[in-house]
Amino acid sequence: MKRFGDFVAVDGIDVEVRSGEAFGFLGPNGAGKSSTMRMVGCISPPSGGELRILGMDPVADGPAIRARLGVCPQLDNLDPELTVRENLTVYARYFGIARRAARERADELLDFVQLSERADSKVEPLSGGMKRRLTIARALVNDPEIVLLDEPTTGLDPQARHLVWERLFRLKQQGVTLVLTTHYMDEAEQLCDRLVVMDGGRIVAEGSPRALIERHSTREVVELRFAAESQEPFADKLDGLGERVEVLPDRVLLYVPDGDAAVAEVSALGLNPANVLVRRSGLEDVFLHLTGRTLVD
Amino acid sequence: MLTLVLPRLVDVSAVSRRSASVVERNVAALKSVYWLLLLSGFVEPLLYLLSIGVGVGALVGDLPLPDGRLVSYAEFVAPAMLASSAMTGALAETTFNFFGKMKYMKLYDGMIATPVRPFEIALGELGWAMLRGSAYSAAFLAVMVALHLTTVARALTALPAAVLVGFAFGALGMAVSTFMRSWQDFDLMGSAQFTLFLFSGTFVPAQAYPTLLHWLVEVTPLYRSVHLIRGVTLGVGGWAWLLDVLYLVAMMAVGLLVASRRMGRLLYP
Amino acid sequence: MVAGTVGRGVVVVSVAATTRGRFPWVPAYAVFEHYLVGLRRTWRAGVFSSFLLPVLTVLGFGLGVGAYIDQGVDGVRYLDWLVPGLIASTALQVTVGDSTWPVFSNFQWVKTYFAQSASPLRVGDILAGHLAFVLFRVLTTIAAFLLVTGLFGALPSPWAVATLPVVALLGLAVAAPTFAYTASVSSDSWLAMLFRFAVIPMTLFAGVFFPVESLPDALRWLAYVTPLWHAVDLCRAATLGVAPQWSIVGHLLYLAAWAVAGWLLALRAFRRKLVV
Repeated sequence: MKRFGDFVAVDGIDVEVRSGEAFGFLGPNGAGKSSTMRMVGCISPPSGGELRILGMDPVADGPAIRARLGVCPQLDNLDPELTVRENLTVYARYFGIARRAARERADELLDFVQLSERADSKVEPLSGGMKRRLTIARALVNDPEIVLLDEPTTGLDPQARHLVWERLFRLKQQGVTLVLTTHYMDEAEQLCDRLVVMDGGRIVAEGSPRALIERHSTREVVELRFAAESQEPFADKLDGLGERVEVLPDRVLLYVPDGDAAVAEVSALGLNPANVLVRRSGLEDVFLHLTGRTLVD
Repeated sequence: MLTLVLPRLVDVSAVSRRSASVVERNVAALKSVYWLLLLSGFVEPLLYLLSIGVGVGALVGDLPLPDGRLVSYAEFVAPAMLASSAMTGALAETTFNFFGKMKYMKLYDGMIATPVRPFEIALGELGWAMLRGSAYSAAFLAVMVALHLTTVARALTALPAAVLVGFAFGALGMAVSTFMRSWQDFDLMGSAQFTLFLFSGTFVPAQAYPTLLHWLVEVTPLYRSVHLIRGVTLGVGGWAWLLDVLYLVAMMAVGLLVASRRMGRLLYP
Repeated sequence: MVAGTVGRGVVVVSVAATTRGRFPWVPAYAVFEHYLVGLRRTWRAGVFSSFLLPVLTVLGFGLGVGAYIDQGVDGVRYLDWLVPGLIASTALQVTVGDSTWPVFSNFQWVKTYFAQSASPLRVGDILAGHLAFVLFRVLTTIAAFLLVTGLFGALPSPWAVATLPVVALLGLAVAAPTFAYTASVSSDSWLAMLFRFAVIPMTLFAGVFFPVESLPDALRWLAYVTPLWHAVDLCRAATLGVAPQWSIVGHLLYLAAWAVAGWLLALRAFRRKLVV
């Protein structure tokens, strides 16, 4: 649990991350993801409850735990005065790594995140994606057993995101435990073995992406768009079709096990939508169903 | 002494090292404490006057003027403090702030989308700098009168002179800042400013310098400013002031011309 | 973890036990080293403001005004009397300069402290490492200044080298509380306020340019309160080779008290920001 004054940011979450898995915290802004990450990163003591990391107590053994963690914060905090390589070597010294070993490690990691060519350039002119990769490389400098990633690809362009995902996937293959937060559903589906959906400081669902979809959504979703001012009257007629009907200002969503069959039923009812889309259910549907569609901030 | 310019230098060098976040710096500066800082600005030259003019003045005793009159050291130093603070204020507003706005806040890029021309922008900037500078100068002159370092009539004449000094340095500062490449260049400018401050007949009559230095100093803008204002507040007669005024007016004209030309080139590439 | 060659021949994770993270032996030193690496890139900018300008002041003010002070101060040539004051006030300027904007930036802009606190370093290590760097800057600046003023012949006594430990202590006495102050303010305008209302008045009235005895009583006591006056008195005693106005132990204890109180305040302010 984490409390700031009267405000309870994280209220009784109960998770266990196993070694070698990729675990995700999903949730809208303000759900308590970052507070949770800070507690796991041993820089924010929990106000209550129990937290064990690598079998140790974060309050008593903070430095010892942090020595075995890699942290990639939400906002890059690289040193703009130093070169790309120096950012890694200097950071490695914080982990008691000898100078020569730090330099070798830095070159290795720059290779890994494809920044070798920029090793001697300053950090300031790098693009957002490059800075992100450098931050990830920095989080790996101590050969960590667990890597914490707070929204690792927020603000990146599609190419950069895919590169980051691919590198994180390789880390997972190496047996590194990944703990990440995100509000991108595609990212969670790509990377996470298991995840929890948080809302208002609590966990509202937990499981693998597939299990969550099965439990909280149907196999398929039909999106119907009617050429009319309001979708409401049509929705009323669709009532009872599929497991759930959701009305949005511009379309109606039918949650059904079989999309094509549902479309056939819709036309059998004599309705003629301007636009029909049948797609598989995704985490996004689960997420919106669980945390609601209202804007959080 | 060391401090009139040094704090600004330290400020510049520190910020320049972290130039990545200049935008945030300026946004943060817009809080109420910024206004407090602005209002208390006139205290600084006053502290210098008390420390150097009165404190060190007690050690120095009286100084002879070229016309043979003896004046107290505070009387001698006060007009130089006024001129220096007019210079420092105008340069700070037109270089440091101006450069930040132009380069990082992209404020002017927004303005030139309207029919406003670069020269008018330059004048507007200078006007704002002068409004603040004139208020400081007036306050300083009031203190000089209160301490019997000059008369009311002379102080009233000295005010436009101080404003002219501000305008001349403001124009120069704007022109210079269009040549600045990074915050590091401000270190150089600050150092030049401090060197001027030390060697413009500020603390001792320029006649005391070695001949070569003396003649070099004669052509520098701060020396002419100190000479002008000192002439007014001490009531030195003659026509020497005309040369100072012409010099400063010319400097202002050239500064504005260069600034508006260069701005045009930087903003409409 | 296993060594692996994956995909396009990129070595991802090394086996070497040398790169396993652990708690560094002298953690604050690793922090100090970080700033030293940064200094390699930025020292040029500091040379003029922290070293050359004080030297110009010695020339322009010390020599220039000194020529008009026939009787000197307390029987000492004005230049010789001024130089130790400038040693202390330069140390003060460098200290406060390095303990304000860079510290503020490490919290607000560049966020270096947050990067450091994610590593095994403890808050005390982060603080001690940065303070050590400020002391390093003060000591190197003053050492260079001593060298030049010594060449001018403005350091009559060989005791002048004793100014180095004095300015180091002054540096600590001023840097520690300034770190605390900077960590607690919300806008960098407050840093400029510190210069205007503390550093500049201190420099002008704490016995650097003229003796504090000529100040009115109330102001004189205010000057005694400032850490700068104590350092000025010690430096002056050292470079002139005379006894200070106060007892040496008294001066040192007073400065040490500032340093200790400042350290505790800074540690508290840093914890408040970094451990939430």
